[in-house]
Amino acid sequence: MSIFVDENTKVIVQGLTGGQGRFHGLRNRDYGTKIVGGVTPGKGGTDVEGIPVFNSVKEAVAATGATASFVVVPPKFASAAILEAAEGGITFIVCITEGIPAHDEAVTYNRLVEDYPDVRLLGPNCPGIISPGKCNIGITSGDIALAGGPVGIVSRSGTLTYQALHELSQQGIGQTTCVGIGGDPVPGTNFIDCLAAFEADPETKAVMMIGEIGGSEEERAAEWIKLNMTKPVVSYIAGVTAPPGRKMGHAGAIISGSKGTAQAKMDALAAAGVHVCVNPTEAGQKMVEIVRAL
Amino acid sequence: MDLFEYQGKQYFSRFGIAVSPGDIADTVEEAVAVAERVGYPVVVKAQVKVGGRGKAGGVKLANDVDEVRRHAGDILGLDIKGHVVRRLWIERSSDIAKEYYASFTLDRPHKSHLGMLSAQGGVEIEVVAEENPEAIAFLSIDPVHGLDLATARRWVHEAELDEVAREQAAELLVKLYDCYTTGDCDLAEINPLILTPEGQVHALDAKVTLDENASFRHPEWEEFRATETDDPREKMAKEKGLNYIGLDGSIGIIANGAGLAMSTLDVVNQVGGSAANFLDIGGGANADVMAAALEVINSDPKVTAIFVNIFGGITRVDEVAKGVLEALSRVSIAAPIVLRLDGTNAVEGRAILAPHLNDRLITEPTMLDAARRAVSLANA
Repeated sequence: MSIFVDENTKVIVQGLTGGQGRFHGLRNRDYGTKIVGGVTPGKGGTDVEGIPVFNSVKEAVAATGATASFVVVPPKFASAAILEAAEGGITFIVCITEGIPAHDEAVTYNRLVEDYPDVRLLGPNCPGIISPGKCNIGITSGDIALAGGPVGIVSRSGTLTYQALHELSQQGIGQTTCVGIGGDPVPGTNFIDCLAAFEADPETKAVMMIGEIGGSEEERAAEWIKLNMTKPVVSYIAGVTAPPGRKMGHAGAIISGSKGTAQAKMDALAAAGVHVCVNPTEAGQKMVEIVRAL
Repeated sequence: MDLFEYQGKQYFSRFGIAVSPGDIADTVEEAVAVAERVGYPVVVKAQVKVGGRGKAGGVKLANDVDEVRRHAGDILGLDIKGHVVRRLWIERSSDIAKEYYASFTLDRPHKSHLGMLSAQGGVEIEVVAEENPEAIAFLSIDPVHGLDLATARRWVHEAELDEVAREQAAELLVKLYDCYTTGDCDLAEINPLILTPEGQVHALDAKVTLDENASFRHPEWEEFRATETDDPREKMAKEKGLNYIGLDGSIGIIANGAGLAMSTLDVVNQVGGSAANFLDIGGGANADVMAAALEVINSDPKVTAIFVNIFGGITRVDEVAKGVLEALSRVSIAAPIVLRLDGTNAVEGRAILAPHLNDRLITEPTMLDAARRAVSLANA
């Protein structure tokens, strides 16, 4: 099984007529994802290579029955697009947009929690979600993922996610679902949400968790793992050598004072029984070992 | 983006937050002119983006023109924890009855805003938090609803600020919250927030960090950019639109993706080297981006080897390989380059580079191998 999405998930793309939206939307469709519509205000009635475009999410949902949306619009429009998706009846929103102001994210997150408690937001600033062979929403290259499980992946970084997929696929080890939760300070979906879903998914037998400096989501995940997780978890945390006070590419990857260091996260995870590895290759090898021993 | 104290105070002023009258000075003569204008006594304050400047001799009281001259002369050029003082802030000295602390920042675990208020200001808040946490009144603020005056009034009461200061402090906190939110700050901190013997409340210091992601709606931030960094490499990278952070090591790093770039620094460190920089070229690394990246790294005299770590996803490795070759035809690079190319179209990418490989342009199959090679070249 996969988490959050599957082969029946119907997806609309908000921003399908833009350069990025078109490129990734079509790639996702080529992968086999049910991309059933696009939304661009003012362009309703047109189509992108046969995918119908609507003026609003509400119209798109009414016409297609979509439950998921892929938001690929510039930062200044992203918050409004996310809220429009929720209001329009979408229950799973994937936002890949990088560069949304933190205050906008904080407001959007809380508006969703307060007004649309059943909606899940993945991202922003994330590569999306891929359930190999079933559904790919976002910018991950489908060809580096391998269907059939048994590994679930959750990660704050895009390229490190690809690295992890690649290391496992090369060894013939597939994935149930790979979730990129994104590198921003206010992620809609966090590690614990994904760990809980993987724990509940019978086909997922082990989980790879890729974190990085900044915030305390990894420490909170470690607490959760200690209390709830029965499946093995392998983790890698990037940014051991990152200087404090600097945003390392991702808006959320910053050591503030003495808080958010990689070492603190690694210590917390190790104490929770997680296999903590010092680089992505080692993490891949450790996971191969674990899966072969299952 | 971190602001200097004087920039933070100018920013506060725009939101109606009271600060001491003062101005900047880059020379002793300018310092004297500001002091004469605002009136004695004045405080001469080093403008550096690092804590502990008072202890380092970067903040001095001056009662007359001779003292201004002496202190300004001493402080300009002073090295405070590696930060050389190039600018002073001269302000009218305030009599202090009480020192408080106030700040707003994002509470990441709770996805809300966190206000911190204390009647014990003027010392490091981390120390207060450690030794006497009940001296800090924490306030969790829902970003959707914000902070109103009634809540601020309860908050100053809870923090046990002096009675005479409370109403002014509550009003100031609402303004500071407005500065923090509509001003798009990651951090807005006043330490100390003072009460004068005359019963006035105002900000004696300002620590502001702006959220770069909000630049698109703050054209006025442009004035802060000129003073953003002293590092010539970072200045050059900024001009070229690269996501670059200067470090102290000898291995220049180029990677695609923030996570991979961070991971590259770690791996280089694990195999006994040290990175000269963090540089994420992001997705779609074409020849222009690659050339710009190599130029910035080439400008760093400490760099003795370059490690290009690419995992193609959307970024196609053959495009990266072409970019590297084109960049090399445009820029003469002093240090040898080690590449690790993996992911989308990696085979094609390696094939493009194959005829050009030599002891200055090397590929390795894995990230670890490439890191080891770069380190051995750097140390050779």
